[in-house]
Formats: sequence, C-alpha cells, structure tokens
Amino acid sequence: MALLRVTSPHAHGPASTQKVMQQVLLATVPGVIALIHFFGFGVLVNIAWAALLALAFESLALKLRGRELGFYLKDCSALVTAVLLGVALPPYSPWWLIAVGMASAILLAKHLYGGLGYNPFNPAMVGYVVLLISFPVQMTTWEAPRGVGEVPGLLDALRACFTPASFDGTTAATPLDVLKQNNSLLLENLWAAEPVFGRWAGIGWEWANIAFLAGGLWLLYRRIFTWHAPLAFLAVLALMAALFYDGGSSASGGSPLFHLLSGATMFGAFFIVTDPVTSAVSVRGRLVYGALAGLLVYLIRVWGNYPDAVAFAVLIMNFAAPFIDHYTQPRTYGHRKPAKRREES
Amino acid sequence: MLADYSILLIGAILVNNFVLVQFLGLCPFMGVSNKLETAMGMSAATTFVLTLASVCSYLVFNYLLAPLGLEYLRTISFILVIAVVVQFTEMVVRKSSPLLHRVLGVYLPLITTNCAVLGVALLNINKEHNFLQSLFYGFGAAVGFSLVLVLFAAMRERLAVADVPVPFKGAAIGMVTAGLMSLAFMGFAGLV
Repeated sequence: MALLRVTSPHAHGPASTQKVMQQVLLATVPGVIALIHFFGFGVLVNIAWAALLALAFESLALKLRGRELGFYLKDCSALVTAVLLGVALPPYSPWWLIAVGMASAILLAKHLYGGLGYNPFNPAMVGYVVLLISFPVQMTTWEAPRGVGEVPGLLDALRACFTPASFDGTTAATPLDVLKQNNSLLLENLWAAEPVFGRWAGIGWEWANIAFLAGGLWLLYRRIFTWHAPLAFLAVLALMAALFYDGGSSASGGSPLFHLLSGATMFGAFFIVTDPVTSAVSVRGRLVYGALAGLLVYLIRVWGNYPDAVAFAVLIMNFAAPFIDHYTQPRTYGHRKPAKRREES
Repeated sequence: MLADYSILLIGAILVNNFVLVQFLGLCPFMGVSNKLETAMGMSAATTFVLTLASVCSYLVFNYLLAPLGLEYLRTISFILVIAVVVQFTEMVVRKSSPLLHRVLGVYLPLITTNCAVLGVALLNINKEHNFLQSLFYGFGAAVGFSLVLVLFAAMRERLAVADVPVPFKGAAIGMVTAGLMSLAFMGFAGLV
C-alpha cells in the first residue's frame, strides 16, 4: 500500500478494484490472441490452469485468514496474476510447474504480506523468478513459433500440460537467446542464418509485443495508469540499445527496435511496470522507477546470464520503490517549496 | 586498469552483494533496518569502517604477518584490527565532529561484530588482492551493504503497516522479504 502523505484536495475516484482489474484482463486479450496464434493453444492451457489454481490458492488463503471469500474473490486480482504468469511462462509447461509458480505468487508474494494492496513485490513476477531459478531447463524451453515449426493442436497442448508423455514438437531458442549466444556473425548475417528472426525482432514475438502495446495503449486511454512509468521504461531501454548498437557488429547488443519488440518488453512496460501496488506512486517516482527498470532490463539482457530480464528488473525495482517514494514526495498543494521530507516525531 | 577496478566495484556491489548473495552481515541488515534514518547512519558508519578495515588488514597481513610467517594468526589479528579501527574512528569522530558522533555514535561499536567486515578482510587475502584492489573491494562491499540496507529499511517502514498474518509479523516477514530480494539479485549473475 502506498503511504504517501498527500494533502487535500482529494478527489473521489469512481474506479473500483474490480473494474480496474477487469479492464486489465480485457487489455491482455490482443496479446494473448497473438501468442495463441504464433505459439498454439499451450498459452491458453497455461492461462486456464493458472486461473483455476489462482482461485483455489486465493480461496485457501482467505479461508485460513477468516476473510470473506466472495468479496475478495470478486476483485479479480488473482485472475490478473494468473493471466500475467500464464502469459509469461513458456507454452506447454507441465502442470506442476504452473502450480509451483502460482503457489509462490498467491501464497508467498501476496497473502503472506496481507493480500492485495500490501504486497511489496509483483506476485506474478515473484512466481516467474522462483520458477526461473528453480527450473531453468523447463523455463527456457520455448516451442518454435508458427512459421518456424509446426504448432501443436489443443489436444496436444492438454497432453503436454497434464501427462508426463512428451509430444512431437520443435523447440527453438528465442531470438534474445540466439542474439546472446552469437559472437561471430554480423547481425545482418545472423538475421539471414537464423530462422527465428522476423522483420524487426523474432517471428511471433514482434506481433505479440505490438498486440500488448495496443492493449497497453487502450489502458492508458482508459486512464488505468499514467504514461510516466511505461514511457520512461521504453525510452531508457531504447536509449541504451541505441548507445550500444554499434551498427550491427557481432558484439552488438541488438537494435533499439529489436529490444522494444523482443521478449517481454511491451508486456512488461504496460502490464508489470504499471502495477499500482508495487511500483513507485509519485509522478517523479514513476519516472525514476520506469527508467531504472529499463536500464536494468538492458544490462541483464546483454551482459547478464539470463536472456530476458523484465522479471528480475521489476523485482529489484519493487525493492527500491519505497525508497524512491520517500525521496520523490510531491509538494503540498498551495505551498511553493516541497514540504519538509520528514518532521521530527 | 580502470575497467578492472570498475568490474571489482560492480562485482562487490551487485553481483556478489555481501548481504543478499554472500549472506554476510545479516545481523545489522535485520537489526538496524526498522527505520530509514538509523539505517542511513549505520550505512555511513559501516562504509567508513569497512573501507578502512579492509586496507588496514591488508597492510597488517602483508607487512606484519607474512614476513614473520604468522599467516595462521590472520583471523584473530583481523578481529583485533577491526576493533582498533572502530575504536579509533569513534575517538576521532567524537573529538572532531560531535554532531556526526551523535548520528553515528550508537552504531560504531556494533560494526565490530559485523561479519561482513571480517569477511572482506579475509576475502582480500584469499583473492590475493593488492593494496588498491583491497581498497576498492572494501569500498564496494560497503556500498553494496549500504544500498540494500537503506532500500530494505524503506521497505520495512511500509511492511510495518501491512496487514501481515500474525505468525509472520516482524522479523519473519522481514526474512521472507530478504529472501525474495536475494532471489531478485540472482538476476545480476554473470554481469562481470
């Protein structure tokens, strides 16, 4: 919960938690459709199974704490967490992987801290990072997108999730992975040599990112969040990419457009960085928060061990958010100078 | 040359952060992080002492213990060096700046028992750092410690008012938070 000391005048906002969460769910639809088109029904199975588990874990936690089930379940926040994690996980993940992730997200990251509004870390990203560190093999095995390999059908997707039997599919390294492993080819030649690259970034990934961008812009239009954090995030990421692009040599970090349309960039910018609970809340704070998250994403993507970094960057910035808020308190209305940061108490 | 030292610094601050990756100095990390202001005082004092102790222990080892063939005494002599540095710092600060002493005073003796200080001194010897490297390593370790301590303190001020289930109130949720942070810091692996 944000405890900024903001003085009057206060305005009443008509948006309820439930309405906001429903709109966020709606805004993920284009991105989810794009992902299903390129990666098959595994995405849908991920989301459905994660949603089921989210409701179950949420009910369990509420029951244990003696809270009213209906009221808290209806706010849809658990569903949002489920969709965010389901989208972030590789399609065709086994059922237990998603279960571990959802348990970490809902029980550990959310209800240990007192439920929605108190969690200092984004639950979906906690679930993702727990899985990435515990099961790196399963978490980095991505099915080849449509156009590179064959996409399995719905039945295969269900079988891959709930039975130990493996199915005939082709896995391919993600574009970010390929770029990271490359140390001999010019980018131009790498693009020609590897089938996973598309027009700007990776096949499938670029369109999924554009779809998430569209959903995010709609949320922005609906005033679910302000432009500060996502814009700062994307601008700094693009700036870093431009600084270290060096014209596409073999040591290049990739073009700005490649970074903007790869991996979880747009999904992170509009659905993760904008989380009202775990991000910084003051206007200047959001700019700092977004900018630093963008910087961290680039640092870890290009020089770290992990191919994508949105989850790590967001968790690290979640950790820093209360500190950022402390130093970016808005001035009191009607006063010229910023209010003294902290009165002696 | 410059790149070597910046890698050493970034390594000590982020990649091998003393608190969240190497799990050293956990007692002040948990104990002095209830309020942001005290955490800042502790950070400043630790930064000063850690850097100085890192250099002093290097000098003691290379110019006193090694020539005399007394390397096996390093742990106990480093403890002594750290205690002396802390005491010396306190005396100087008390005489030269009473104001600073009021801010740091309480925390200075606590640093003697901070295992990160002894850890840095011993790691300097293990990694065969030279004088300048010891200086940078000590400073980097201190900055990394200060960074997470201050951020953690700001977060705990917020946790103090969260509706945490009763069994997890206080230090328990602090530990959970530190664990999640440690998880996030694994993302820095491979940076240097």
